[in-house]
Amino acid sequence: MDKKKRIVIQSIATLLQNANLKGFFTGKIYTGQSKGVCVPGLNCYSCPGAIGACPLGSLQNALSAYKFKLPYYVVGLLLFFGTLLGRLICGFLCPFGFLQDLLHRIPFPVKLKHFRLDKYLRYLKYILLVVLVIVLPICVKMTPFFCKYLCPSGTLAGILLSFRNSALFQAYGKLFTWKVIVLAVILVAGVMIARPFCKYLCPLGAIYGPLNKVSLYRMECDASKCISCGKCSAVCEMCVDPTKDANSAECIRCLQCVHECPTKALRAGIKSKPETSKPSHEGEKVPEGRMRGKD
Amino acid sequence: MRRIGTIICFGISFLLIALGILDHQFQAVLAKAAKVCLECIGIG
Repeated sequence: MDKKKRIVIQSIATLLQNANLKGFFTGKIYTGQSKGVCVPGLNCYSCPGAIGACPLGSLQNALSAYKFKLPYYVVGLLLFFGTLLGRLICGFLCPFGFLQDLLHRIPFPVKLKHFRLDKYLRYLKYILLVVLVIVLPICVKMTPFFCKYLCPSGTLAGILLSFRNSALFQAYGKLFTWKVIVLAVILVAGVMIARPFCKYLCPLGAIYGPLNKVSLYRMECDASKCISCGKCSAVCEMCVDPTKDANSAECIRCLQCVHECPTKALRAGIKSKPETSKPSHEGEKVPEGRMRGKD
Repeated sequence: MRRIGTIICFGISFLLIALGILDHQFQAVLAKAAKVCLECIGIG
């Protein structure tokens, strides 16, 4: 799939999740029944356009409630989305991911892909998931820590709401200033680095990433067709080598590698390709089951 | 192995969603999401 088709799908997904267009003009949020269902991507439910609930906000609110209950419903929905699509949600359905993709298309002399700390910073999102989304909201009641101190989607929602709601604008203080700084850093970094929030900070990515391994929608690399040209790993914005690990937890399934592969060795979809013995490019017989990314 | 993992994950997710709906957690999510979350937008 080429980039243009992906942008069209991302635009439609963003519009569908923010279909309450009236809210952008009135400064009021949607309050219908669909707000009881979590959307798969990061989309703050305080955004004037949002017609669904943010899964991370709902999870933290459930964990930080005075009367503690295990949030079966939200965890079940997250597990369902992750098992169905894995991080395809990040690549195609997440509105904040889409915003970062658009920012990265802005021409800028410095575009960073590989840097020293990158490998270690990738673990930060797992730490944030455990600390800010799970542990702290359980310990300190009525405080969704990730939403309160870090979530850039909420800050965007606040900015959009304040255009039409002067009372909100007057209530903003130090916390809002901090959140605007965080948002600004993420957006500026997004011009230089592809999807910095998804790579390093997003707890949703930390939930969906490991589910890439078992998700119904998956990627496969046919070793008998792969000529090890390296085009797939060169084009990957998330710095994944799909020939080594087609279902890496870091892969957001943007499908650029599938598009670039000259021999169509990479494929993505729900149906698994039947395994047959085919001669490889070196003329040898490839044993059955030599599909990388396939157990 | 992967298929077994997928089936187990789907099974657990359906079970959790059903448990959550029986526990009226849909309404709890709706109640929170239908109001402006002040912490989320930077007031608090």
